[in-house]
Amino acid sequence: MSDEQQDVIVLRGRGVVEGVAEGEAFVTSQTLSGFGGIDPMTGTVTERRHEKVGQSFAGKVLVFRGAKGSSGWASNFQTARLAGAGPLAVIFNELTTKMALGAVVMRVPAVTDLDQNPLEVIQDGDWVKVDGNEGVVEIRRPASA
Amino acid sequence: MKLTDHEQAMLDGAEGPAIQQAMSLLTRYGKALGAERLVETNNVCGGSVGSLPNRRNVVSSDDDMEAIFSLMNLDSDVPLEIPRVKTMAYKLIEAGDPDYYDQQRVSERTQKLVKKNADFCDRIGIQRCNTCTPYQVGNVPTYGEHLAWMESSAIVFANSIIGARGNVEGAQSAAAAMLTARIPYWGLHIPENRYGTHLIEVECEVESMMHWGLLGYYVGEVVQEESPVVNGLQHHPSLRKAKHFGAAAATSGGVEMYHLVGMTPEAPSLERALGDKAPEETIHFGKAEMRKAYENLNCATDPEVDFIMLGCPHASIEQVQIVAKLLEGKKLSPNTELWMFTPKALKQHADRMGYSEIIEKAGAYLMSDSCPALSRVSPEGVKVAATDSCKQAHYLPATLGFDTWFGSVEDCVNAAITGRWQGELT
Repeated sequence: MSDEQQDVIVLRGRGVVEGVAEGEAFVTSQTLSGFGGIDPMTGTVTERRHEKVGQSFAGKVLVFRGAKGSSGWASNFQTARLAGAGPLAVIFNELTTKMALGAVVMRVPAVTDLDQNPLEVIQDGDWVKVDGNEGVVEIRRPASA
Repeated sequence: MKLTDHEQAMLDGAEGPAIQQAMSLLTRYGKALGAERLVETNNVCGGSVGSLPNRRNVVSSDDDMEAIFSLMNLDSDVPLEIPRVKTMAYKLIEAGDPDYYDQQRVSERTQKLVKKNADFCDRIGIQRCNTCTPYQVGNVPTYGEHLAWMESSAIVFANSIIGARGNVEGAQSAAAAMLTARIPYWGLHIPENRYGTHLIEVECEVESMMHWGLLGYYVGEVVQEESPVVNGLQHHPSLRKAKHFGAAAATSGGVEMYHLVGMTPEAPSLERALGDKAPEETIHFGKAEMRKAYENLNCATDPEVDFIMLGCPHASIEQVQIVAKLLEGKKLSPNTELWMFTPKALKQHADRMGYSEIIEKAGAYLMSDSCPALSRVSPEGVKVAATDSCKQAHYLPATLGFDTWFGSVEDCVNAAITGRWQGELT
């Protein structure tokens, strides 16, 4: 798709982990558990009452509220990376130690503190570029009529 | 982030590659948090996680515990020579209980890995407590002490009930803290971040362990990672009730600190607990909210129960005593198994008091070192489980695929004896 046919939205915030990556967005306004919330071998959400239960973020840009639950959060997302089932990049709203450590051991670009709420701006399937060096997120989707 | 000369020297490799990697991890983690500096700690709970399920699936070889620790605990692709830890260090849950490997159906591979992990922990100086409740077996922090603890249910207890200071750490930050005696000075290490943010007005009686668990489960889901101030309580919580409240709030949400007005050390009054600010939100908790939490936790429909799990977080000696009393002279249904979990040191005490014998005579087991959800151990062929723990009821469906009932300890023991779930919210 060329730029003429696309809407492009740019959000600015704080880079948490350096690097640049782009891919399809996987968006949830809910927090995610690591342990007991995902299957790290496939990147699939397994928490019973989660809005994304049964869906996988593997190979996508994970856009979500933040981390919750067990202190095994970082270990589960590190395991997902080692199993080839981790996200390409992460964008999150709420900073906690679980989230920060998880982002570090996922070794993917991570951004937070964006000037607009990414959970309202970014939709499932949008093409998202995450620049963890500059703290910038670029969102592309087919132009609205 | 500002480092002291000593910290910079560790980062530059003056104390060897493992400590260098640990300090590198801490500085990247501190930067991700936006921390300005590190703080010294001499109290770390974490451990060597390479023997746990999932982690076992991604390690290339079981032979080299140093390589596994380097990868899983220090996020290093290169195997490092791991020196003795610098701090008091305590290990959390293991992959199985060596005294019950047959019942837990622990594979030979895992048994070998647990043994190797034990030798490795002994060599580098990690206390093998093998429990999610280190504060029950010799590691009671002091007020204001800086901690680097994993285990969400333990850190919320240490922060809230004791007034020690720490955030929920992970396997990698805890390991790095053991090797460097440092952790980022961020979040709940900083006094002004410890005030409550949300006010919970309790409008019903919260007395039993089940009530405390449900209050925690409801509050955690509403406040997520914020700090609730609970007001209007009529009864002081005992150890087991506080343990269940915090574990539940740290499961449905990410609560790491709470205040019980007039009961916990940083909440002598409502105003002090809130730091003299207005709460961001006021939440009412009455019978309807308790009912909602109860219904959210109960996903099972089939009353034929196969498996009853008690002791999540690991049971206090009071809980073991209660269960022994309920089981005395009784026999479990031939269709059910009851496993209760307590730290190994408390198991020895239960042996001395005769509780273990009563429990085992009834056909149940008092196990240690492990946990069904984390170690993935359970009896064969379980379809329907029951537990008195909100935390375990939350995790069992996702981790082991069991339909799960939640209820009081009496409901659970009754189900173990009759084979049928008849629990009610009372």
